[in-house]
Amino acid sequence: MAISSTADPAAARIHARGMAGTRVDCMPVVPATAAENRPPGVQAEAMLWDETIAPGGYAAKRLDRGARLRLVDLQGDGCISMLLFNAERPVERLNVADTLKVQWNAYLGAGRLLLSDMGKVLMSVLEDTCGTHDAFCGASNAASNAAKYGDGDNWGPHPNARDRFLLAAGKFGLGRKDVHPCINWFKGVTILGDGATRFVSATAPGQSVTFRAEMDVIVVLANCPHVLDPRRDYAVTPVRALAWRGEVTAADDPLRNATPEGLRAFLNVEEDLRR
Amino acid sequence: MINPPELDGKIVLDEVVPARAPWTAVVRQGQTLRIVDLEGNQAVDFLMYALEDDAERYSAQDTIAAQGNIFLRDGSVLMSNERRPMATVTATSVAYHDTIGGACSCESNTLRYGHHTKAQHACVENFLQGNARWGRGKRDMVSNINWFMNVPVEADGALGIVDGISAPGLYVDIRAEMDLVAVVSNCPQINNPCNGFKPTPVRMVIAG
Repeated sequence: MAISSTADPAAARIHARGMAGTRVDCMPVVPATAAENRPPGVQAEAMLWDETIAPGGYAAKRLDRGARLRLVDLQGDGCISMLLFNAERPVERLNVADTLKVQWNAYLGAGRLLLSDMGKVLMSVLEDTCGTHDAFCGASNAASNAAKYGDGDNWGPHPNARDRFLLAAGKFGLGRKDVHPCINWFKGVTILGDGATRFVSATAPGQSVTFRAEMDVIVVLANCPHVLDPRRDYAVTPVRALAWRGEVTAADDPLRNATPEGLRAFLNVEEDLRR
Repeated sequence: MINPPELDGKIVLDEVVPARAPWTAVVRQGQTLRIVDLEGNQAVDFLMYALEDDAERYSAQDTIAAQGNIFLRDGSVLMSNERRPMATVTATSVAYHDTIGGACSCESNTLRYGHHTKAQHACVENFLQGNARWGRGKRDMVSNINWFMNVPVEADGALGIVDGISAPGLYVDIRAEMDLVAVVSNCPQINNPCNGFKPTPVRMVIAG
């Protein structure tokens, strides 16, 4: 019988260190300055984050005010569920109802603001090549995934978005009560005349949504099949999250000044940061 | 004023919530909570929590996803964030109710109407006060139900709180499918038509 290559600490160390440099499809690039295929015009030293989120995976990142975040649906079948927190005071968080109501519209896309429950803008949507997103149906959870796929646990083959949120939030000291209603990107829901929901799936590889942090934020992302996705298989593909340093929104920024409601959301952030 | 039909079972509570006030009560599994819009077009903002584990609470998104519709109607099952039925709408004399419009707050009022409205009383204030009695706080605020409130979504996505479709004496009956704590804000908003620009009392009855 061959002697195990991990039979003693020295051999185990050699074995472990031998894995260094392994590349897989879904992983973070560390340091982010080594990111390949950077967004046009973004210098390597400006990169803050480059992580490809696996099907069923999750990731979270604290971003400073002004930072840009781009989500790229690499193969065209991603579904990113998003939570947002004020990094300084996470008790302030995304409010989906206010986000829709204050902007008088049910659908998210370029030019929309993601509003907190304290009358402020957490992030704005700068660009959107996809156009189909969802602010109505929320995250899958253990029960919904179990009904569709037979199981839905974090330790199994079909993790659900809500339990992914729990793990991500937990790593920032947050818990179950901090997991709030979310937004889903790349998978859309439209509302029909009688109030019925209609699931819309965008299918083109390479579509992206680009955000600007309007205060210091914690971004939590899960990449699990949409709760209304009718397919019986656990269909979801990797999504790349890229972030880079950017200028804080200027007083004459068109998006800041686009609507009276939105302008007041920026003013409330600026007022909060007046020190 | 139309009188609603009689509720089955023993009446265990029958109270009038003053205009602008919070209200909270335990509703046991199998009991029915009836909310009566006494004077018409009075939004009743509503949250609920599982009595034995208050991190399980009403989820508007799970409810919408489960029933495939944004409106709450007769027969709608109100789901928790664990995708369990918390309650069922067993009867209502209003065509539909809202669960996408959320609650008004002092802070969101500054966006919607201007900073001159910041000092006005708001539903989030009522929810915070109602929940404080149970040891809950701001992290327990999630998207709520607005009984008797009308928030249509038009074909182009236009969305807003518009004139109500309720009337004096119209009601909704909600049967608890688990022991739960209901927390209500009798909406004090005066800047949009959700209360006909004049908040009024509502009646809460628990039977069963």
